[in-house]
Amino acid sequence: MTRFQSYLLNKVLWFLLAFCIALTLNFLLPRLIPGNPVDVIVGEMTSGGTLSGEVAQKVYAAYIAQFGLDQPIWMQFLFYLRSLARGDLGISFARSPARVQDLISQALPWTIALQLPAILTGWIVGNSLGVLTAYKKGWLDRGVFPIFMFISSMPYYCLAILLLYLLAVHLTIFPVAGGYSFAMTPALTWNFARSVVEHYILPFSSLVLIFIGGQSVGMRAMSIYELDADYVRYSRSLGVGDNRIIAYIFRNAMLPQITGLALAIGSMVSGALIAEIVFSYPGVGTLLFSAIRQNDYPVIQGVTLLIMIGVLTANFLVDVAYGFIDPRIRAKQVGER
Amino acid sequence: MTVMTQERARFKPGAAWLTGLKQSLAVTTLLNRRLLFSGSMLVLVIGFGVLGPIVLGRDNPMKTVGGLYDPPSEKIWLGTDNFGRDVFTQLMHGTRTSLVIGAIAGMEAILIGLLIGTMAGYIGGVVEEVLMALTNVVITIPSIVILILLSIAISTRSIFAMGLIIGLTSWPWTARAVRAQTSSLRTREHVDIARLSGAGTLSLVIWEILPYMLSYVVMAFVLQLNTGILQEAALSMLGLGPSNTISLGQMLNWALLWESVRTGAWWGFAPPALFLTLIAFSLLLLQASVDEILNPRLRKA
Repeated sequence: MTRFQSYLLNKVLWFLLAFCIALTLNFLLPRLIPGNPVDVIVGEMTSGGTLSGEVAQKVYAAYIAQFGLDQPIWMQFLFYLRSLARGDLGISFARSPARVQDLISQALPWTIALQLPAILTGWIVGNSLGVLTAYKKGWLDRGVFPIFMFISSMPYYCLAILLLYLLAVHLTIFPVAGGYSFAMTPALTWNFARSVVEHYILPFSSLVLIFIGGQSVGMRAMSIYELDADYVRYSRSLGVGDNRIIAYIFRNAMLPQITGLALAIGSMVSGALIAEIVFSYPGVGTLLFSAIRQNDYPVIQGVTLLIMIGVLTANFLVDVAYGFIDPRIRAKQVGER
Repeated sequence: MTVMTQERARFKPGAAWLTGLKQSLAVTTLLNRRLLFSGSMLVLVIGFGVLGPIVLGRDNPMKTVGGLYDPPSEKIWLGTDNFGRDVFTQLMHGTRTSLVIGAIAGMEAILIGLLIGTMAGYIGGVVEEVLMALTNVVITIPSIVILILLSIAISTRSIFAMGLIIGLTSWPWTARAVRAQTSSLRTREHVDIARLSGAGTLSLVIWEILPYMLSYVVMAFVLQLNTGILQEAALSMLGLGPSNTISLGQMLNWALLWESVRTGAWWGFAPPALFLTLIAFSLLLLQASVDEILNPRLRKA
């Protein structure tokens, strides 16, 4: 086995281990609830006065059987694994008979369409700004940088709330809620597309500003470190132009930033849960929010599973890519573990 | 042993650290100003949350004093929230709750991180491998998922429980850094001397290793405090905040649920949002400036 193969094998094993632990936690933790989830649901149904005692009993028994809660816990775990393998995440408690995977696949495109462009734009703009402020110093560094430093330390949902109030409620430039006008049904028309774009700008900007802030702060620190390197001094003494040197620095300071990008994409689903809630955007965050309020455990578990898969996969890919790019890392990590 | 104790007293790393700090403070005025700014901001915020309710005699943030989103007036400085409760009183109590949860989470994370990090770094071998494997697994599993699942599992969440849950997910980075520092520190000569003079493992770690990481531990705590406060806010806004009490995140949660943003009742959401921003910004600024004071290399930038 070559070094790279054993490094790869090591990483695959790690990925599988982490994945198994994640699955187990996802299965086990909601079952720590005193009694079981069905108690809660049936309890809420009966307290609302919608069901009489006898009917409640029947509903209870039906739910217990449906979720396999009368089985021993290891059997339940096997059932859970079997349905996961089939891509079946179960049935929503609150929106029965809707299937969890259908609810998630309706919400996921909105989240991705919101987050992915915001992450990419923020990454490109933020990194360029970071190098520029580090290299040029002057007014850019003193004037623009503190603003981004402030924005990057701001919780993203606070910025979202303030933008929503200022631009949508106070100045009424943008619509106040949703992914498209409530009066419309999704269709492939110009009007609908325009409505989607109008509703998109505000959530998008609130996320992109935070990303630009975070990336530029990180990139500036990396670049300042690189500015001290011998190759920069040497290039300067040779009289190499500014733009060329900036390009050199950019490439050298890039590696951690690429990791950051990959991890941001991997944690895309959990990255802006609350921004979606603030803007009532029809993505995974809003789905999770309503599921939590309705004690809709299958949906909550489905969303947490989705988040875990994204993050674990991104971590794994970054590790593999690093081992591929940088031979020092794979040598070190094989020796270390 | 007595000689050793005297030696230790003379070369107290704490003292050197302090003189270094003073010298650095004298040299860098800009840094000084930033430190002063962030420090005094934090003192103000903490004073507001801890002393405010006592000084102003407002001990019950749940008391109804008006109607739905009454605007600010002379008597009710920041208006009322959706249940007619005084926003200013809630802000004081909410700030305190958020700080307490952040502090519990931060301390727990630091303690677990120190325990696992020093054990792994000092003992080495199989213990180190097992502990670091555990740390790596916890790092990869996204903390928000564990936070959501655990919070759901606990039906009534006290302030203490919230702090514990959050601390439980945020220790791995500290453990990693502490392990790296410990394994480099344990090969130093002063540790060898202490070991030769018969000091036990525990006293070695406490007296010969921990003091050299003190500056790192303090900064890590500041960052963990910030993480804890923001995690609490995030959980509260998802609807999983502490029960029967008010925190900054819960104020925002109510403000969103009752549409204070869209109805233009700015006093419902702006105070907690601004306070969270202020706390986060001051803590990060404090961390950055203390970091620069302790690591002169960063200052050249």
